Amino acid sequence: MSAVSFLLLPNPSSTPWADVPEFRMRDFLAATAGELDRGGRLCAWFGVPEDAPGGAAVRIVVAIAFDNDNTLEVARSEPVRGSYPALTVTHPQAHLFEREVWEQHGLEPAGHPWLKPVRKDHGAGPAVGDFFRVDGREIHEVAVGPVHAGIIEPGHFRFQCSGEEVLHLEIALGFQHRGIEEALPGGPHPATLSRIETASGDASIAHATAYATVLETLAGCEAPLRAQWIRALALELERMANHAGDIGALAGDVAFLPTASACGKIRGDFLNLTAILCGNRFGRGLVRPGGCRHDLEPDRLRRLGQRLAPAIADVEEASRWFWDAASVRSRFEFVGVVTPRQATEMGLVGPAARACGLVRDIRFDHPAGWYRFAQPPVAVWPGGDVFARARVRWLELQRSGRFLTDELANGPEGEIRAEIPPAAPDSLAIALVEGWRGEVCHAALTGADGRFRRYKIVDPSFHNWTGLALALRGQAVSDFPICNKSFNLSYCGFDL
Amino acid sequence: MFVLDSITHRLRRGCQTMAYPDGPAPALPDRHGGALRVEAARCPDGCAECIPVCPTQAIARPPGRTTSLDLGRCLFCSACVEACPHGAIEQTGDHRLAARSREDLVLGEKGGEEVRLARALDEKLRRLFGRSLRLRQVSAGGCNACEADINVLGTIGWDLGRFGIQFVASPRHADGLVITGPVSRNMELALRKTYEATPEPKIVIAIGACAIAGGPFVDSPEVRNGASAVVPVDLFIPGCPPHPITILDGLLRLLGRLDEKAAGRPAAGA
Repeated sequence: MSAVSFLLLPNPSSTPWADVPEFRMRDFLAATAGELDRGGRLCAWFGVPEDAPGGAAVRIVVAIAFDNDNTLEVARSEPVRGSYPALTVTHPQAHLFEREVWEQHGLEPAGHPWLKPVRKDHGAGPAVGDFFRVDGREIHEVAVGPVHAGIIEPGHFRFQCSGEEVLHLEIALGFQHRGIEEALPGGPHPATLSRIETASGDASIAHATAYATVLETLAGCEAPLRAQWIRALALELERMANHAGDIGALAGDVAFLPTASACGKIRGDFLNLTAILCGNRFGRGLVRPGGCRHDLEPDRLRRLGQRLAPAIADVEEASRWFWDAASVRSRFEFVGVVTPRQATEMGLVGPAARACGLVRDIRFDHPAGWYRFAQPPVAVWPGGDVFARARVRWLELQRSGRFLTDELANGPEGEIRAEIPPAAPDSLAIALVEGWRGEVCHAALTGADGRFRRYKIVDPSFHNWTGLALALRGQAVSDFPICNKSFNLSYCGFDL
Repeated sequence: MFVLDSITHRLRRGCQTMAYPDGPAPALPDRHGGALRVEAARCPDGCAECIPVCPTQAIARPPGRTTSLDLGRCLFCSACVEACPHGAIEQTGDHRLAARSREDLVLGEKGGEEVRLARALDEKLRRLFGRSLRLRQVSAGGCNACEADINVLGTIGWDLGRFGIQFVASPRHADGLVITGPVSRNMELALRKTYEATPEPKIVIAIGACAIAGGPFVDSPEVRNGASAVVPVDLFIPGCPPHPITILDGLLRLLGRLDEKAAGRPAAGA
């Protein structure tokens, strides 16, 4: 299929809906497959309900990223109903997207190997239903969740084990479903921004930035540079807080208490730095369409800088104890391995992908906002095991720390907020942001009135939960906690 | 060598646990604003500037009645504070927000301008739980922010364990539940079962705007608008998410373990 027929776009961008190339369904599938075969990565695949001759139908919109070329591509299908031959059969990274479209719009991907609901409760609860089963006298099944032992979100894990060894793990989510996407058509509503900020509450800045960028792009404008600078600072603080917490949690899971206790506190120190910016430890209320709500005045900037340096030094020291301990290394190495090939085929993103040696980072590949002017180097580690995922976090902590230290001194003068014009009608906008877990993708389609007709959120966890399931194959079931912690994915970001 | 290093690090870092509640509470970030104070008497007739700016419809002014702000629904975005031209809604900077009933969080009327802070459990429950409280946490649609700030209380800076409060892995081991999230429909059954599995007598604590009243998701068809729809709640701790000091204050207040002179705000606002 010819590559020219997909519409090439930079990140972020908005384009009239009429200019998004439309394909017959058969050609659409073949063209998408062709783009994925030549190195594309599926960012989004979602349905747009449409009144077509003969009743309600749905169009599929696809967004594909070419990370090496720094470009995005979009296309749409004709309105279809009924069923079509599943893309998943040849391109597994489509598996959840196709299940989602089937659940949301009833369009059946025929031949999909595991067609199950993604989030919805079908009467008795998301985990009630058929699970993949391995049969045999030696096989036993372990069911965990939705309510877990720690203070974490709910989800259900079903292991098929032979003795200690996990043959297969199926992850059933949906418990956190709050109906964020369903409520968005007709918006933005007064509660929309708060809902976006809590789509995945530990990645509030990433989601709010993607949302604000979508609205700014639709309005044909940009936030003032100073606001873009503040957003980048906040995004890196968010990354550092979460990575520091993860290093501590991983240390805790292998009973290496010095790092576990130190990092628990250091995480809080980073959250408190975000609170200097806006009062909220998770950055809520900072990012607003058109800019930022709060400025970083000279005195506040000084305070932030003064407290950043010791926090960076603390996390360096606490992590060094951890890396120096042979007992920690031996628990992490060769545990929970995801191969680069699996990561590519499943379309993993963020630190989970970079820990398989894949160089993909939106800040570098599709830079937007302040990242057009400065980027931390991409942190990559080969191996694909728990060690590599911890190592990538550690590298990112160092690099984000250096980036923040440099950029704090580079703030541009000017306004922090601009009035944005109304959103363009009948347009499709897409924005990607590298949140701490990976690519946060927001896409909006406006109607004739300029309000949302469809709004799609793809949290990085949507791509990455499958990575965790693959990492567990052949592992001891007792290694699940450290494998899970090494991914630390969002339940609510997936469930929306 | 390595053992020696660990011990040296440990000694050098010393005790990192805060002095609170024997010493002063850590200050809230200056842009946080803390609890709100609403003086409906200042609202002129017909003024409704604050009502449309609230993302969760926490402010109401029914015809013929005074303005009321439901702090249980509040996300503390301070949009209303900025919108009010009459100074009727003010930030107090106070971290103390926990209340025993939903009505105690409704602000505005004369005498009810501020939160009516939680009173301690009755004598019998205090004897049972006052020095040892085991809690099971259930996230029912929580976004991981309330969860994170509850987890923070277990770290060395806060050291919840020194109060005898501990989060446990099973409801069978628990004296009560801590609920976060607006209670998604898909978690309703699991929450109910967890509650039933907790032995009597038990208490329930709702942490965060979602668990109190649905938060940003209020009236979404996929949620139950908070924990009260499913289980009886004994303590409400507002915020989005509540600052860890607000959560700790609520827990200690419920157990009757706060010496107001040391732990409270300077007497001026109390």
